[in-house]
Amino acid sequence: MNTDTIAAISTGMTEAGIGIIRLSGDQALVIANSIFDGKDLTLVDSHTVHYGHIRSGSEIIDEVLVSVFLAPKTYTREDVVEISCHGGITVLRDVLNLVFASGARPAEPGEFTKRAFLNGRLDLSEAESVMDLIHSKSSLSRKVSLSQLSGHLSNEIKILREKILHETAFIEAALDDPEHYDLDGYDSKLKDMIEKEWSSDIERLLHHYSEGEYLKNGIRTVIVGKPNVGKSSVLNRLSGKEKAIVTQVPGTTRDILEEQITLEGIPLIIIDTAGIRDTEDIVEKIGVERSEKELHSADLILFVMDKSSGMDQEDKRILSLLPTDVPCICLLNKEDLDSVYVSEAESMNERFDAMISLSAKEGTGFQFLKEEILKLFFHGSLSDPDEIYVTNQRQKYELDQAMNSLSLVVKTIELGMSEDLYAADLMDAYRYLGLIIGEEVEDDLVDKIFSDFCMGK
Amino acid sequence: MNYVDEKYDVVVVGAGHAGCEAALACARLGLKTIVFTVSMDSVAMMPCNPNIGGSSKGHLVREIDALGGQMGINIDKTFIQSKMLNVSKGPAVHSLRAQADKLAYQTEMRRTLQETEGLTLRQAEVSSLIVEDGVVVGVNTYSGASYHCSAVVLCTGVYLKSRCLYGNVIEYTGPNGLKAANNLSDSLTENGIRLRRFKTGTPARIDGKTIDYSKMVPQYGDDPIVPFSFTTDRDSIQKKQVLCYLTYTNEKTHEILRSHLDESPIYGGVIKGVGPRYCPSIEDKVVKFGDKDRHQVFIEPEGLSTNEMYIDGMSSSMPEYVQYEMYHSVEGLEHAQIVRNAYAIEYDCLEPNQLKPTLEFKKIKGLFSGGQFNGSSGYEEAAAQGLIAGINAAQEILGKEQIVIGRDQGYIGVLIDDLVTKETPEPYRMMTSRAEFRLLLRQDNADMRLTPIGYKVGLISEERYQRLLDKKKMIEDEMARVRKINFGANERVQNFLLKNNSTELKKGVTFKDLVCRPELNYDLVASLDDTAPELPLEVREQVNIGLKYEGYIERESKQVEEFHRIEDKKIPENLDYELVPSLRIEARQKLSTHRPQTVGQASRISGVSPSDISVLLVYLKSGKYLDH
Repeated sequence: MNTDTIAAISTGMTEAGIGIIRLSGDQALVIANSIFDGKDLTLVDSHTVHYGHIRSGSEIIDEVLVSVFLAPKTYTREDVVEISCHGGITVLRDVLNLVFASGARPAEPGEFTKRAFLNGRLDLSEAESVMDLIHSKSSLSRKVSLSQLSGHLSNEIKILREKILHETAFIEAALDDPEHYDLDGYDSKLKDMIEKEWSSDIERLLHHYSEGEYLKNGIRTVIVGKPNVGKSSVLNRLSGKEKAIVTQVPGTTRDILEEQITLEGIPLIIIDTAGIRDTEDIVEKIGVERSEKELHSADLILFVMDKSSGMDQEDKRILSLLPTDVPCICLLNKEDLDSVYVSEAESMNERFDAMISLSAKEGTGFQFLKEEILKLFFHGSLSDPDEIYVTNQRQKYELDQAMNSLSLVVKTIELGMSEDLYAADLMDAYRYLGLIIGEEVEDDLVDKIFSDFCMGK
Repeated sequence: MNYVDEKYDVVVVGAGHAGCEAALACARLGLKTIVFTVSMDSVAMMPCNPNIGGSSKGHLVREIDALGGQMGINIDKTFIQSKMLNVSKGPAVHSLRAQADKLAYQTEMRRTLQETEGLTLRQAEVSSLIVEDGVVVGVNTYSGASYHCSAVVLCTGVYLKSRCLYGNVIEYTGPNGLKAANNLSDSLTENGIRLRRFKTGTPARIDGKTIDYSKMVPQYGDDPIVPFSFTTDRDSIQKKQVLCYLTYTNEKTHEILRSHLDESPIYGGVIKGVGPRYCPSIEDKVVKFGDKDRHQVFIEPEGLSTNEMYIDGMSSSMPEYVQYEMYHSVEGLEHAQIVRNAYAIEYDCLEPNQLKPTLEFKKIKGLFSGGQFNGSSGYEEAAAQGLIAGINAAQEILGKEQIVIGRDQGYIGVLIDDLVTKETPEPYRMMTSRAEFRLLLRQDNADMRLTPIGYKVGLISEERYQRLLDKKKMIEDEMARVRKINFGANERVQNFLLKNNSTELKKGVTFKDLVCRPELNYDLVASLDDTAPELPLEVREQVNIGLKYEGYIERESKQVEEFHRIEDKKIPENLDYELVPSLRIEARQKLSTHRPQTVGQASRISGVSPSDISVLLVYLKSGKYLDH
C-alpha cells in the first residue's frame, strides 16, 4: 500500500566497522542504482550481493557491498536494498544523504517494522509489539529531536516560519478579498525576500546546524591552560591513547595535537594546544599563536588548572584571553594530589559553564565532564545516541525540503505564474520547518489570515 | 395531545438556503417531502449581504449546480450585477459573485419549491422531534400537529433561541424581526444532542435617496456576464447591471466607535456567543486593527424593488444613536437615513462533530442536518450542506448508498469534512486556502468533478449527463491533438508573436510551449493553427487551463494519490479506543469523542499525531478489534 521509498541506517551508530543503510519501497532499486558504481542493480537476481562503489557525481564516497532483495520475500515485503558501508559514521551519513537526495525519504520511527506488519510479513500476534515499538520510538524521537535543538536554533526557525506564514497569509487574504488587498508587484517583492533573506536563513541553519555539525565534524574542543597543568594527560585520558608527550618540563607540547574521540556517540575533536604563555622560543611561539586562533574557532574550551597549586597570575592571564562567546568548562586537575583551595577560581564560577574536579592520572571525574558536555550541546543526557543521529538526518532532510519548496516558489514566479500557484509551496516550506521544531500546521494559516489582516466586509 | 397529520417521507425543518436545497433534492428524487418555515416570507431569505458567490463561495455555487442543486439557477435568474473576481490570478481562484435582487431571489426560489411535484411548504414551527430507539420517526409542531416521517433534515439556520442585539436593546427574534424558534433546542438537548451558541451580525440598510454617490467610487459589473449554472445559456443573461459604490471609514468614524465601545453588547459582555473573525463588526475592526486609518465600505443595492442599500463592511451592534453617528461620519453617508438598524444575532447551533460526513447524526438514525445550524456561515455554505443532507436523507430512505464528497472532489467535501472533523470555534466560512487541492477544485471544472455523482444519485438528467460526456471527449481529443502540433520559426509565427508582445522564436516549439507563455493562451495560439477545430468556449477554456498549468495539475494529482493511501481506510463504527494499545492519551480521547469513520478523517483531528495513525493502522490490520 505504501508507494514511497524510505531509508535509514539500520545498524548502530558505532564508530567502528560496517554500517548498513536500508532502503524499502518501489523505488529502492532505482535509487540505489543511481548512486551505485558496479552492476546494474535493477537487473540482478533477488537475494544477491554486489561489490562496487557509491559515488556522488564523479566522487567516490565509499567501497560497498549492496544486497538486493526483491519483493515479496523481504523484511517489509517491498523491494529492499541494503548498502553495507565501510567508512565509519561520516561516510555512512554521506551515503544516507545521497540516498535522500536521490528520492528516498527518512523512515519514520518504527516504519520498517510497521510496513512489514501492514504488508503481512509479521504474525498478527506481533501487532502489539509493533504498536509499542512505533509508540516508544516516536516519543523517543520527539524527545531527542527537541532536546537536540538549541534554543537559538529553534528560535531562528520560528522566526523564519513566522515570516513565511505572514506572507502566505497576505497572499491568501488578497485572494480571498481581492477588492481589499492588492497583489500587484508582489511577485518580485517575494522573490527578493526568498532569494535575499529566507534562502540565506536556511543556508545558515544548514551550515550552523550545530548539533548536526557537531555530529558530522565533531565538537571542536580546545584544551588550554598554562604549561604542565596536565592538558595532555587530560587528552590522553579522554582518548585512551598515549598521544601527547607527557613530561614534567613546561612547554613540551609544541604543536597542535588533534584527536577525534567518541563520547557517548558524539564525536569530539580534541585540540591540545601549546601552553599559552609568553615565550621567546620561536617554535613554541608558533604553537602559541595557533593556540589563540584555535580558541576563537572552537565550539568548546576546556580550561585546565592545577588544583594542587591553585590559581596564579598565569592562569588569570590565560583566562583573560579566552573568548567569552565560546562555552567553557573549567577542569580542576590533579584532584588526587593535596588540593589547594582554589577560591579565586571558585569565585569565577559565573565565567564558566561548569567547574569539574578530576584527575587525569587516576581517571576520576571524567564521567562528570561527559555529562556536562552532553548537557551543553544536547540539552541533557541522551539515552540513545543512535536516535540523535537519526533525528539529525531527518532535520537536515526537512531543511533541504524547505529550501526546495522555496526554490519552487521562485521558479513559479519566474514562469510568470500567479500567487495561488505557489502559495502551496510556501506552506510546504512552512510545514517542513515546523517538523523540525515539532510543530504541526493545523489551522495556522487561517488563524494568521484573520489575525494579521482585516478581512471581510 | 397532538393530532396526527399526513405521513411524509422527509420533513425539512427550515426553508432557508439549506432547507430549500434539501427539500428540492428529496422531492426531485421522488420522496414525499414537507418543508416547515416559521414564515412564508422567509423562504430563501438573504438576511445579510445581498450577494451570492465570491471567493470560494462561487466555487460552492458551481458545485451545487453540478450536483443538480438550485442555487446557481436561481441567482442566474435574479442577479442585478455580476463579476468574476481574481481574473488576473490563476484559474483556481477565479470566483464568480453576483449581486442579487433579494426579493426576486426569494420569490423565484419559493415558486420553484411550490412548482415541484411532491413538495409541500408549510408555515409552522417545529417544536420537537419524535425519536424512538435511536431512530427519528417524526416531528411535532407548536401548532399541535404530529408528522410522521422516515427522515428529518434540520436546517434551522440562526432561528433557534435567537436574539438580536444592538446597544442595550435585545429583541428576542430571528433576523429581520421574524419569529424565533424557541422550542426545538430543548427537544434536541433531551435527545442527547450537544448545542452551542454562536453569533454573527449585519450592517444597517440605508435609504438610497439619502446617499451622496458622487463622493463614492462606482463599481461596475462584468461584460460579458458569466452565469453560475452550467445549464444557463450565456447569451440569455446579458443585461444592464446596477452599480455598487465604494467609500471609506475615516479617523472620525473610528474615534466615534472607540468612545462608545462600552455601549456595544459584545465589548460590554452581554453577548456570549462566539463570532466569526472573517466578518468582524466595524467596532471589531477598529479595536483589532487600530493602525489602519480607514476601512473599505461597499454600498450595495438590496434589489430593484426597494431603495435600501446594504452598507457592506460596517456591521455593528452599537446603539441606534451611535449607528447614526458612525454612518454619518462616512463620506457620502453624511445625511444617510437608516431604514433597518445594524444588529448582532445570537443563536443555538450544533457541535458538528456529532455528525457523520453524510450529515446524518451519529447517534440518531434518519436525522440529518445542514446549514448554519451546523456551525457554518454564508448562504452558499448552507445551501451546499442542505443539498448533501437532502440527498443522503433520500438515499437512506431509498436504500441506496449515501454520498460523501471527498476533499479531493470538491469544496463541498472540504467544507463538510472540516465541520465534522475539526474543531471550529467560530462560524465556519469557506476559503480557497482551506482546500489542499485547489488547483484541481476549480469553479470552471465543477461539472466534470461532480455532475457524474449528481447523475448517479438521480438529480442530473440523462441529457445533461450526455452533454458532459461529449464535453469531456472534446477536451481530451483536443489535448491529444495539440500535443502533436509544433511551430517553426517562420515569418507568420514571428509576426504573431510580435503582435502579442511575445518574444520571437529561435527554434521550433510545441503548441503547448506557446500556450504556457504568460502573455498567450490557447485561443491565440489556435489562431496560428489552421487545423484547429471549432470548439465551444467551455472546451477551449479547459484545454487552455489543462495545457498552461499542466505541471502544477499533475503534481497535485500525485498528492491526491498519496492522500488516498489512508483516506478511505474504514474504521469500524464501534471501535473501542480504550483497547488500542500504545495510543497517546490525548489521541485516545479525541478519537473516542469524534469517532471518525475513516483513518483519513482521524488523521485530521487535532491532537492525533502521525504515530497515532500508524498505531491505529497496525491495530486495524491486526483485526484485534474483532475479538472484543
